[in-house]
Amino acid sequence: MSLTTILQHCLTGISLGGAYALIAIGYTMVYGILRLINFAHGDIFMMAGYFMIFAMASMPWPLAIPLIILGTVVLGVVIERAAYKPLRTAPRMSIMISAIGVSYLLQNLATYLFTAIPKGYPEIPFLKRIFKIGDLSASLVTFITPVLTIVLVLLLMTLINHTKVGMAMRAVSKDFETSRLMGIKINTIISITFVIGSALAAVGSILYFTDRMSVTPFSGTLPGLKCFVAAVFGGIGSIPGAVVGGFVIGICETLLVAMGYSTFSDAFTFLLLIVMLLFRPTGLFGEKSTDKV
Amino acid sequence: MKKSTKRICSLVLIALAVVLLFILDGHKNEQGMLISILQKSAILAIVAVAMNLLNGFTGLFSLGQAGFMSIGAYVTAILMIPVASLDGVYYMNGVAPGIRSLKEAMEAGPAWLQATYPFLALIAGGLIAAAFAALIGIPVLRLKSDYLAIATLGFSEIIRAIFSSPQMDTITNGSYGLNKVPAFPKLFGLPVLFTPFIIAAVCIALMVLLISSTYGRAFKAIREDEIAAEAMGVNLFKHKQLSFVISSFFTAISGGLLAMFMRSIEAKTFSITLTYDILLIVVIGGIGSVTGSVLSAFLVTASKEWWLRFFDQPLVIGGWEISLFRTGFRMVVFSVLLMVVVLFYRRGLMGDKEFSWDGLVRLLKKPFARRAPAGAKGGAGHE
Repeated sequence: MSLTTILQHCLTGISLGGAYALIAIGYTMVYGILRLINFAHGDIFMMAGYFMIFAMASMPWPLAIPLIILGTVVLGVVIERAAYKPLRTAPRMSIMISAIGVSYLLQNLATYLFTAIPKGYPEIPFLKRIFKIGDLSASLVTFITPVLTIVLVLLLMTLINHTKVGMAMRAVSKDFETSRLMGIKINTIISITFVIGSALAAVGSILYFTDRMSVTPFSGTLPGLKCFVAAVFGGIGSIPGAVVGGFVIGICETLLVAMGYSTFSDAFTFLLLIVMLLFRPTGLFGEKSTDKV
Repeated sequence: MKKSTKRICSLVLIALAVVLLFILDGHKNEQGMLISILQKSAILAIVAVAMNLLNGFTGLFSLGQAGFMSIGAYVTAILMIPVASLDGVYYMNGVAPGIRSLKEAMEAGPAWLQATYPFLALIAGGLIAAAFAALIGIPVLRLKSDYLAIATLGFSEIIRAIFSSPQMDTITNGSYGLNKVPAFPKLFGLPVLFTPFIIAAVCIALMVLLISSTYGRAFKAIREDEIAAEAMGVNLFKHKQLSFVISSFFTAISGGLLAMFMRSIEAKTFSITLTYDILLIVVIGGIGSVTGSVLSAFLVTASKEWWLRFFDQPLVIGGWEISLFRTGFRMVVFSVLLMVVVLFYRRGLMGDKEFSWDGLVRLLKKPFARRAPAGAKGGAGHE
């Protein structure tokens, strides 16, 4: 493989990694607060893809993008209110089953509404423009994705570290009961977490599907699981960790595909998860946690 | 109710089931649909009980069922495909010479030995899956609830990727899948129809025996409180490993039966959706109830494949076509049902209780009693 090809693949990998990072943030934030693997997150991401298809059919993209972000946010919050909120006090297994149930429901609903046949993803002409740097060529979206990811993450970090809402989020993720005693409205904070997670998933879905060009009801499952692995890899609950994890998995996957092991690229992600859990269960940037009796 | 009465009731029930199967065997051609639904339910009942053994009784939330089923299915299918049809099945890439010579050696065996091959193949599938489970159990079982779920889910995806990879073409036929798998064999000279039911009954009985043994008590102790169980002298790792391995063994047997039932398999069949389908059965039946899982395997399969079929057909009422009813609506109804059970009837059909005649009597009497006794709510109660 020549250097140019390797660089070309790295570029694709970074772009994919950016989309993964945005989705992984949704997992890591929800897990940080609710201690729940939001199995439905990948399907929210898939639904955002479908929203985009329908929005673009009737309006120009500058109007469609805010609209689908709004739609995805509403979906995420409705799911939280309907499926997770009633189970706050239930054992963790019930709420996880509920998350799996929502994922199952969204997949079946998408199959019913939009059929299982892949639907073409609309092209945003300006994102598809081809750029050339030396021998490398890639569409604009490939360059935009990592930049946009970094910008959004910095904004999010500012929100979490320097605002009142962010402080409340950190408090809730540390201790539910105490933060309630401190006057924090837990349900509002959890909803805000889902708002942020879903909005980022919507942005991620635009970046991801623009490169892949088609959406099916099951196209959210595997990216969803991979992004969860990315979140675990970086240390669950840590936002920079999720971003690093997203990029690592995106680049590794692209390189594996480039080397001709495309069937193993999914397997590799899970192998990474198992190895990571064995040697460093808290992930790269995760906090050490101790079990209380 | 007296103990002897209960025993008679149970015997009558079993006799009725056997008679029903004989009647069905007599009308094989007209009742094909019913027979295949019952057989599929029996197969899914095994895997549902196996999942319950792990999730409901040991408290290990594992989502690797599809992976272990695929191991069982592939091993059974590879061992069972007759040598004559090997070239037809592996028409793309040819078959590995090792497999061909093994199968030729198998077919050279005496007739009585050949008759046991299907069962040996099932057990071989089970043992290989159990060995895999023992291997991955060492790292994975140290993980806590949700990490365990995602790690086992990942494992099942890895297995699927390996089975469908081009590198395995001469063994698993890659993404083309395997076909021409022989159907169920005869067992004890009974009609072929009986085989899946007998195997299912034996497997479930073995698991029930395990659950009611001292091992089963240790499993339940681990489920309730790991640290307390450890303090009482239960070896956590050994028991978790045991539960995981045994559950995987039976899951793989059910996978092998599924291969014989479907006659052809491909890696796509064993995706995450299959695990979710089994989870749906376990949740609806009640986590921690063997009879609940069995009952729910039959109910869910029957309604999915048969009773609720009309949801997928266009419905015309008085000349108006209702556009709500079309392909896929059935599964939407199903997932909504699952969510309702998860959110409002968390105990499912049976909760963690088992079926008993007393409970049934109480349930039947309830509408006539002046006040329903507390505790009889949500299905049959305990003795």
